[in-house]
Amino acid sequence: MSSLPPYASTGQRVWHYSYLAICAAIFFFLIFPIIVILPLSFNAENFFTFTPAMLALDPEGYSLKHYYDFFTNPDWQQALKNSVMIAPVATILATSFGTLAAIGLSQSHVPYKPAIMAVLISPMIVPLIISAAGMYFFYSRIGLQGTYWGVVMAHAALGTPFVIITVTATLVGFDRSLVRAAANLGANPVTTFFKIQMPLIVPGVVSGALFAFITSFDEVVVVLFLGSAAQKTLPWQMFTGLREQISPTILAVASLMVAISIVLLTILELLRRRSERLRGLSPG
Amino acid sequence: MKLKTAILATSAIAMMSGTAVAKDMTIVSWGGAYQSSQKKAYAEPYAADHSDINIIWDESSNEAVAKLRAMNEAGNITWDLVDVVASDAIRLCDEGLALEIDPDEDLAAAPDGTSAADDFGDLLVSECFIPQIVYSTTFGYRSDIEAWNGKEPETVCDVFDTETFPGKRSLEKRPINNMEWALLCDGVAKDEVYDVLETEEGQERAFAKLDTIKDDVIWWSAGAETPQLLADKEVVIGSTYNGRLFSLIEEQDQPVKMLWDAQVFDLDGWIIPAGLPEDRLAAVKDFVKFATDTQRLADQAKYISYGPARASSAPLVGKHADLGIEMAPHMPTDPANAKNTFLYNYEWWADYRDDLDAKFQAWLSQ
Amino acid sequence: MSETADQLLTTKDGKPLKAALAKALRRDKLRALALIAPLLIFVLLTFVAPIVDMLFRSVENDIVSETLPRTVIELQDWDAESGVVPGDATYNALHYDLMIAAEKKKHTQLGTRLNYEETGISSAFRKTGRRVDDFGEGYTDQFVALNEAWEAPATWVDLLASPDWVKSQATWAAGDQKATAEPSFVINDTARKALPQTSEIYGAFARTIQVEDQDSPTEEEPWNAVYSALYEDLTANPAAADAFSGANEALLSEAAAAVATFTPVDIKALFVKADKDWGEPSIWQTIKTFAPAYTSGYFLNSVDAQLTADGVQMKPEDERIYLFLFGRTLMLSMAITISCLLLGYPIAFLLAHLPLRTSNLLMILVLLPFWTSLLVRTSAWKVLLQQQGVINDFLVWIGVISDAGRLVMINNQTGTIIAMTHILLPFMILPLFSVMKTISPNYVRAAKSLGATNWTAFWRVYFPQSVPGIGAGAVLAFILSIGYYITPELVGGTSGIFISNRIAYHISSSLNWGLAAALGTMLLAAVMILFLVYDRIVGIDNVKLG
Repeated sequence: MSSLPPYASTGQRVWHYSYLAICAAIFFFLIFPIIVILPLSFNAENFFTFTPAMLALDPEGYSLKHYYDFFTNPDWQQALKNSVMIAPVATILATSFGTLAAIGLSQSHVPYKPAIMAVLISPMIVPLIISAAGMYFFYSRIGLQGTYWGVVMAHAALGTPFVIITVTATLVGFDRSLVRAAANLGANPVTTFFKIQMPLIVPGVVSGALFAFITSFDEVVVVLFLGSAAQKTLPWQMFTGLREQISPTILAVASLMVAISIVLLTILELLRRRSERLRGLSPG
Repeated sequence: MKLKTAILATSAIAMMSGTAVAKDMTIVSWGGAYQSSQKKAYAEPYAADHSDINIIWDESSNEAVAKLRAMNEAGNITWDLVDVVASDAIRLCDEGLALEIDPDEDLAAAPDGTSAADDFGDLLVSECFIPQIVYSTTFGYRSDIEAWNGKEPETVCDVFDTETFPGKRSLEKRPINNMEWALLCDGVAKDEVYDVLETEEGQERAFAKLDTIKDDVIWWSAGAETPQLLADKEVVIGSTYNGRLFSLIEEQDQPVKMLWDAQVFDLDGWIIPAGLPEDRLAAVKDFVKFATDTQRLADQAKYISYGPARASSAPLVGKHADLGIEMAPHMPTDPANAKNTFLYNYEWWADYRDDLDAKFQAWLSQ
Repeated sequence: MSETADQLLTTKDGKPLKAALAKALRRDKLRALALIAPLLIFVLLTFVAPIVDMLFRSVENDIVSETLPRTVIELQDWDAESGVVPGDATYNALHYDLMIAAEKKKHTQLGTRLNYEETGISSAFRKTGRRVDDFGEGYTDQFVALNEAWEAPATWVDLLASPDWVKSQATWAAGDQKATAEPSFVINDTARKALPQTSEIYGAFARTIQVEDQDSPTEEEPWNAVYSALYEDLTANPAAADAFSGANEALLSEAAAAVATFTPVDIKALFVKADKDWGEPSIWQTIKTFAPAYTSGYFLNSVDAQLTADGVQMKPEDERIYLFLFGRTLMLSMAITISCLLLGYPIAFLLAHLPLRTSNLLMILVLLPFWTSLLVRTSAWKVLLQQQGVINDFLVWIGVISDAGRLVMINNQTGTIIAMTHILLPFMILPLFSVMKTISPNYVRAAKSLGATNWTAFWRVYFPQSVPGIGAGAVLAFILSIGYYITPELVGGTSGIFISNRIAYHISSSLNWGLAAALGTMLLAAVMILFLVYDRIVGIDNVKLG
């Protein structure tokens, strides 16, 4: 697909290039809304609008004030702090439980596997509004509503399916003969796990952890219901910002988050390459 | 029995720890400019004399009734003071979720000695409600629409006149206010609106009137939407809270003007959740007494254009803190603005809200 | 079995191989379960339990029978079809129930609950609750006029309290009153038998003031309703005084003799005066219909039907909305899924056939939106799609449309479909990509070498092999889309909102939690069915994310 053979007919050429054009258009569709927010985050006005000054590329139309607002406004800083307090803990919970369970699920004999899998995946499948409502009523009843641990546990539950899926995926590609070879060479199961299995599933664990992290870091519906002021996260602050007072500070935050996402994605890609090197697949 | 033990235990701890440790007080409000006006006018001066109180702000007033009900079910009240609109205060009071207050005991008298009950007067619409401000839901329109040929809307019925004033309108996505305006513009006298709206025919009449502009309406559900839509020229005229329009016109300097005709007055104020332990209750009562005195309510008007709920505060309303303009002419209660106002009937809506809401949603989705 | 043991295969240590294998298998299973257990328990507790708990709310309805126990019993014998209001006994029962409920502030909750079923009940309860403590005043005045002792709290305690309670109350009163609460009030057996209604209402009064106001029955004059109950007890049983002795007997015989001459209070008239609805059968029908502790009412509401005295009926035309919304949610989700597929397939195909390094770089373009805050992406679409927005401005600038003819692309279904497609597209691309990666290029090459055109080779050979990916991506996108809430709320206007938006509305604004739970259950059921379909197509353990 990557290139046309020299003998391609004109029709094939036309088709090939129009196909590439279509793909380019779709990539544009994917990325354009994210590009659009970048200039708007430098808007000198307090609205989500391209002002005439901005379109004329007048420096007057641009300002860093929304970034300044984000870094100086205690509300935003508190929200950032809360997000940073909640997401990693939820990630650690989700990743440790999820990795163990994924290893368990990949064993050859698991009773009731489909039922267990259905329960474990359900947080990803059940509509968020239903999860949020259910947790809201239930956590209120047991006194977890409006507490730090309530939000952390809810976010951990929402993040686990991603860990399960990614770790199971690395285990599916896992070559069992490696374990047998290790056993043959005299390694006990624990050594085998740490020396053979662990290095191979680490990329799966890390990418699962990143998914779990982003699930918590970007989650707004559940935290809106379950949290109280003391757990106000960045997405919550953005949501109230959108509802109560539309301010491009949200866009400044978003632009920063996009930058962080790019960094994280690059890390993921590097890890993936490492994993493939370890498995002996050529990085292509 | 448990309750009293708990109270004793907490007060004992409070006594032991003395005033060295600041006590948290969670105040729930609406966020945005309104909450920041409360911070500046009430919380900051209060904090100056009360270093032992640490105020935490929560922006959940929109979900206050639901959350208070859930907290009550769980028996764990984490809020100390909640800012709600009057209709929610009535609901909370009815359900026993808000504490009944005695205005003369719990609220400060006016400087001239008028009792709090008289100073607030009719605005004490519920036994649990401590009014702060009078706000109104009214219209703002863009003043630079060429298609209007220099005409400007003068009455609320111009909203329904898409011939003279073409362009999109924004209205709130709920029946309250819209149904009343529709009937008023369909020729129903102001004092008969609710009688007419109670009948099937009256409701059909209101919907029929709204049908005439349905295709031109963008429906909003959060107060920030209409100002954004007006600033974007997405709509030419739209309803929202008057304070939002003030900020759009005066602070953001947008070409928008106020249409005060048939503005619907509503109240906003505090309630204290029922079931607070005694030490927290005492702390919050102290704060409320301070925050709703004559001067504090007048001060709030420096930051936002909502009318203070006390009669004695009105003469003290001064200039805007940053812009330096007189605030009085921007108040919904100013005589020039309040020539034609509409009073929102809380009781009536408490009954008909569910029913009309279902009909309204069905109408919207047709 | 034992006789044939020597013929079985055995392990080295002599155990039957079958048993050894079974044991090993069991150990394997246990080890697997032990690894899974922490997460399973965690998810069951933090996630599944809350959802089951919420589903329970959709049928729970004990508020009516708990708040109005006496009325509900009285109404059992009333014929709802009769077209006349129930008898005076029911009004009396409601008087007592409402009196207690009003003191506990439960009556307006009940009013709100019943108002979901019939408009106007809310205010009937609220208005009546405000006046109900005066209903028995006529009797209070007549008893007190007869003998001032009836005004004294001590008279009542002496008459009705159990001697044990009097003793423990005295001990409590002598000690540190703040350390513990007053002992809970107990009625004596004599009174319970001779004056059943009075005992019951007074007992309710005593416990209510103890719990709600931390007051003592020894210091508070009883509610008017207690006098009203005493009047009825004495009218029904003039010999009640005989069961008592001493001062109580004298007091009661005096009262028993006098009640015949009392002016009766018309409780029913007082109810009708408080709210005219009490004079209509319909309010009673509603109470009777919703008296059972479990109700199908919320589920009926969620499919635009309602439970009435005549059975299940569809709601009036102008109030039907939920079936329509369910339908629209499904239709829009389908449209979103299809557009995801149309946009996702070419991209996944491209990514699967590019060299790994290039495809991974392009994959970042797919994952970046996936990881950008949902709120931000939705707001970005607002900026792009609105009438004065970027796209319209551009189209006007290049002259495709006129300034007056700007396209309406937001606050309607188009807006929802575009924004949601953007949000769900990665969920379509990722499973498609992982399936396409596994399709061997040899089949297509073989087809081509056998003379197939490019199109035939793709359509007849490649495409069928990618169908599992399509199935996986489509079901995933569809499941996620029917539960969406925030995006339709922000860009959907009125024609692009989903059933989830109504669920959120009923949770946080209308507070009709039962209906929210019923709607949620229906939505959940739909998702579960799709989930099973998904399981059939791809197997749950084959979901892949990049």
